[in-house]
Order: sequence, then structure tokens, then C-alpha cells
Amino acid sequence: MDNIAGKKPGLTWAVHISVFLLVALWVFPTLGLFVSSFRTGDQIASSGWWAALFPSEINEVYRAADPDDNRVPDGDLFVVSGNIFEGEGGGEISVWGTSSRAFDAFRAGETSDLGDGETVTLEANGDYVWRGTDDQISGRGQRIFATVTSPPEFTLKNYDTVLFTEGSGGGMAKAFFNTLTVTIPATIIPILIAAFAAYALAWMDFPGRALLIAAVVALLVVPLQLALIPLLKLHLGIGIGKGYLGVWLAHTGFGLPLAIYLLRNYMVGLPKDIIENARVDGATDFQIFVRIILPLSFPALASFAIFQFLWTWNDLLVALVFLIDATGETTVMTKQIVEMLGTRGGNWEILATAAFVSIAVPLSVFFLMQRYLVRGLLAGSVK
Amino acid sequence: MHPAIQGVITIVLGVGGCIGYFYFANQLLDKVIFPAKGPNTGRNINRANQIRPWLFLFPAMFALGLYLAYPVFETLRLSFTDRSQGGAFVGFANYSQMLDEPKFWEAIRNNMLWLIVVPAMSTAFGLLAAQLTDRISWGNIAKSLIFMPMAISFVGAGVIWKLVYEARPEDVSQIGVLNAVLVGLGGEPQTWLTIPLWNNFFLMIVLIWIQTGFAMVILSAALRGIPEETVEAAIIDGANPFQIFFKIKVPQIMPTIVVVWTTITLTVLKVFDIVFTMTNGQWETQVLANYMYDKLFRANDWGVGSAAAIVIMLLVSPILAWNVYNARKEMR
Repeated sequence: MDNIAGKKPGLTWAVHISVFLLVALWVFPTLGLFVSSFRTGDQIASSGWWAALFPSEINEVYRAADPDDNRVPDGDLFVVSGNIFEGEGGGEISVWGTSSRAFDAFRAGETSDLGDGETVTLEANGDYVWRGTDDQISGRGQRIFATVTSPPEFTLKNYDTVLFTEGSGGGMAKAFFNTLTVTIPATIIPILIAAFAAYALAWMDFPGRALLIAAVVALLVVPLQLALIPLLKLHLGIGIGKGYLGVWLAHTGFGLPLAIYLLRNYMVGLPKDIIENARVDGATDFQIFVRIILPLSFPALASFAIFQFLWTWNDLLVALVFLIDATGETTVMTKQIVEMLGTRGGNWEILATAAFVSIAVPLSVFFLMQRYLVRGLLAGSVK
Repeated sequence: MHPAIQGVITIVLGVGGCIGYFYFANQLLDKVIFPAKGPNTGRNINRANQIRPWLFLFPAMFALGLYLAYPVFETLRLSFTDRSQGGAFVGFANYSQMLDEPKFWEAIRNNMLWLIVVPAMSTAFGLLAAQLTDRISWGNIAKSLIFMPMAISFVGAGVIWKLVYEARPEDVSQIGVLNAVLVGLGGEPQTWLTIPLWNNFFLMIVLIWIQTGFAMVILSAALRGIPEETVEAAIIDGANPFQIFFKIKVPQIMPTIVVVWTTITLTVLKVFDIVFTMTNGQWETQVLANYMYDKLFRANDWGVGSAAAIVIMLLVSPILAWNVYNARKEMR
């Protein structure tokens, strides 16, 4: 609709700006989590994640090395020298001082006179020289207050901790595989069952068909909350108990209405001629389904597969009820994160990293298969 | 056995079982029960074709019946029984106990707030985003970024937004965006999630954030489907862009807006994870689904829990009826 009458350049700019603001508003929270997962706990606690993208300026107290071990004689005097960062971190010193009341008394490279000939010199890179008499260079190391500008700093350590350590702050690697174990069968099995049913509802004629379709539409909106207790009772009663088999069956049952609905809507739209020609040529329904309908329905199958994958991967409730038993061996990532929120609510580096591990896979599926997702949404926007 | 191996075996058994079932049941029907030969060939073929649909439908119907239809009735039955009395029939005792609990009314009130605010805001933002992104060259990128939260779990979204709402004492620097902005403007940091009533809205923002993308995608497709002549005619008649949008476009996509609205309403009625993750119903943020979970698995009171589930079902049923009505109308 470019170049049509009624379009004003001023308005176009307003559109660009409002879309930009909208996108920024929508991306900002996720970005915060992403950036936080690469920062250490101290960094997260001391400044907002947005500050991590820029060089940060902090006021820090350092101490010169212990004089008793490190001082070296220099004529009549003694000298302790070194670097205040001691190999950790680093940055550039802008101003510094030797007391908390005058922490910005000197610029980098200047010398502070502490009285009676005792001096400290601090360079921008953190090298210091502390010089004085035997008496002065003793006891504890001289305190140095410095304002340090350090470049943005990121770490992968959180991922290591969250994935590979056991205990309340870790174990995500195991939970990741558990989630995968839940997700893949729970995605594949309903597709087949639903495809046959959808074909029957779309292309076979039998009494009660309309009623069955209406029933599928009705079941589409039944809240799965209603199914929790009866099914748990059933699973415990027939000996499945809590475990993978139970959660696969549950996800299959809960996913079927949408699968049948989506696939039937798609299959109804396939060209009638092909199917009738095949019938005339003597193909059976089974052959028509396997050779013609299934390959042609690939886009709809893909749409549903993505839905079911996202839904089972992100699920918490079904896993809580049907899968996770008292041993916690089969915990999934969503449950693990909820647990961390309870026990380590303040440890944002752990929480952010764990959450990001769990949303990384759905996000990549989302960006790779967005086309099918959109198509599926448009076809099945009833659920 | 390692769960991964168990998973692979399940996939093989499940897929193989399905294919095997469909293939052999079909063979059995055509070759053994009603063979297409002998004196009754014609009649046999017809009979086989009458039975075949049910063969194809059976696994799905069985699973649907067992996993969705049966639980509705079983839950209804359980809501009239008391587990501690060995499942004895107690009439409406569970319901009256539930109606006497302030937590239940708090959940109802909050659910109503959610039902009003979330669908309205998501649809409004979705419509805005759809209309704006359709007009610019980088609209598709903007769309997928706004759509992205759809892929994020409610739990993940809970963590993301908890970081946004994070509050720290006044004398240290704020790490939550919202408080950082507030303090930057000269205010005092707030613990957003503990302010009664308002905290509900902070939880709703999370769901609005997730659902806007969905609304946008559907509404954008609907907007593109509007016949261009109607828009052009309005332009020639001198309508300004706002008039075109509100008086020409919106009325034409009204049916789609209704679909989006009801779909989000359904999601809202079932909302559980967000509240469970972020506040767990504390500070007056209880909602029905979480209330039910509390009753079922913390208090172990299956009667009241089932009664709460039935309340959710009752709230859903108008939409259920409406959907069925529409589906039947479409099929005619």
C-alpha cells in the first residue's frame, strides 16, 4: 500500500518511531535476562544489567600489599610496590585518594603525601609505589580509594554452574534431558493418531460425523485442570504411577483435540479431484491416506508439531502432577526453575542462566519454524 | 533403564504400534472379515467401508474419551464426595465450604480482573502492532520480535518479569528496571509484587506481554484480507487515517477480534504457571487455577479442589457452546 493517497510522511515517521518503541518494550525484559546470565552475582547485585553494556565506574577500596612480607629497602627508606588489582579484574583509574573523606583527591599518576615523607603514587593502570621509613611501612597495607572505570565484562561461569553442578543451584543438564525425554514422544505420538482420525472426519462419510467434529471442538476448550485428579487416580490405579509413561499419555490426550482440529481443517481443503481420481483408480482409503494425504498435509503436521513441542517443553502443571515423584529424579526444567525461585530467589545469576537454558531451545525452534507456527495459529485459533 | 532409552523405545513402540494397528486392522477388515470376493463381494465392500471410519477414529476417540471427556464427569462426581470419609457422597458440602472461604472469593475477584484486563489489553496492543507493522519495510522483523514471547514458557516469563520488578533497599542501586526508572525520577523503590490489588496488574502484564504477539499475528492476517476497494473509497471520500482504521478496518475484522478475544479469555481462565511462579497466590494474587492446585496437592482436599475445577469449567462453557455453535454453522 505504498504511494497511495492519504499517506503523509510525518505520519510515516510516527509509525516508525512507535513500532520501534513497541519492539523495544517487548524485547527489553528478555534482553535483561540474557545479559544477566553472563554476569557474576556481584556484578548483578551492584548494578542494573543495562549498565553491563557500558564501561562501569565504581568506587572501590584497595589495600597495598602487606609491608612485612613485601617491603624492599631503598636507601634509608622502604618501598612496597605492586598493582592494586592483583591480576583480578582491572580497568582504568581516574581519581583516587588515601582517605574515605577525600577519595578523589588525586589524579592518576600523581603522588599523595601522607606526611613525614611517606608517599603513595598510583598510576592509571593500578601500579602503585608506597614509600616511607621503616616505621611508616609496617603494620597493615596502606588503604587506597580509587575510582575505576572497567570495560564491560562477561563470564560463562554461570552456565557451567547451572548445568553441571548438583544441588539446588544446578542440575539443569539433567533436567534438560528429562524435558527432552518428555517432549519428543509426547510430540510424535499424537500426530499419528490424530492424522488418521482427521482423515476419517474430513473425507470419509459415516453417520455421526458432524457430531464427532462438534465434540472435538468442545474438547478443545476443556480446561486440563479437570483432568488432573481423575487421571492421576487412574494412573495410580492401573499401575503406571508417576513417571514418563504417564506424562506421555497425558500430553497425548491433551494434545489430540487441537491436532485433530488443525489437521481436519487442513485436509478438508485438499483438492477433491486427486482423492476421487485415486478412488476411481482403485486405491483403498488406507493407500490414499498414506500415499496422498500424509505427504500433502506436511505443513499442517509441522504446525501442530511445533505447537505441541512448545507446549510440552514449556509445561509445568502436567509434569508436576503426572511426572515428578518424591525422588525428584525426573524433574523437568520448569520445575527446577520454580524450585530455584524458592530457595535461591536472590541469586539472579543462577536464576537468569537457568531460565535462559530452558527458553533457548523453544526460542530457536520459534525463529527457525516461525512460518509454520503462524500458519498453524491462523488455522486453529480456537484453543 | 535410562530414560532416554525408554523414550526411544516408547517412540518406536508408539509409532510402530499406531502404524501396525492401522495397517493390520485394515487388512483384517478387507481380507478376513469382509473379503472382496466370493458371492457377497459387493455387499462386503460396502460393509467394510462402513466400518473403516471407526477403525481410523478408534484410537483418537478412545484417548479423547479417557483423557478429556471422562475426567469432566469424574471431577463432577468427586466434587460431591469427601476423600477423608472414604469418598462418601456429601452433596454440596464441598461447594458451601468453598463459598465460605475468603481465598476463593479473592480468586474469583482476581480472575474477573484478569478476564477484563488481559484480553482487552492484548487485543488492543495486538491490533496496534498489526496495523503499524503492516505499513513499514522492517515490519516483519518487528513482528517476530513482538511475537517472540509466545515461545517462552510462563515460568521463564515469570523469571524475566521478576527481574524487571526486583526491588532493593533504598540505599543500594536498583537492579530492576521499573524501580531504577522510579528512583531515577525521584521516587522511592517499591516491592511491586506485594502491593495488594495492584500486584495483580503486574502479573497481568506478563500474560499481556506473551499474548500480544498471538493477537497481532491473527489480526494482521485479517487486516490484510480487507478488500482494498473499501479503503480506497474511504480515502477518496477524504477520511483521515484514524477514521479509516476505526470506521472502515476495525468493523470489517470484528469477527476475528472476537475469536482472538475468546481465545485469550480461555488462556486467562486457565492461568496457573505465572501466579504459581511469581507470587504463589500470596499478597492477594490468588487465581482459580492456583487455588485449585493448592486444594488438590497441598491441602489434599480433592472434594473442594474438584469443586473449584468445576467452577473453571462453568466459566469456560459459554465459550465452549459458542465455538460448537460456530463450528456447526460453518459445516453447513
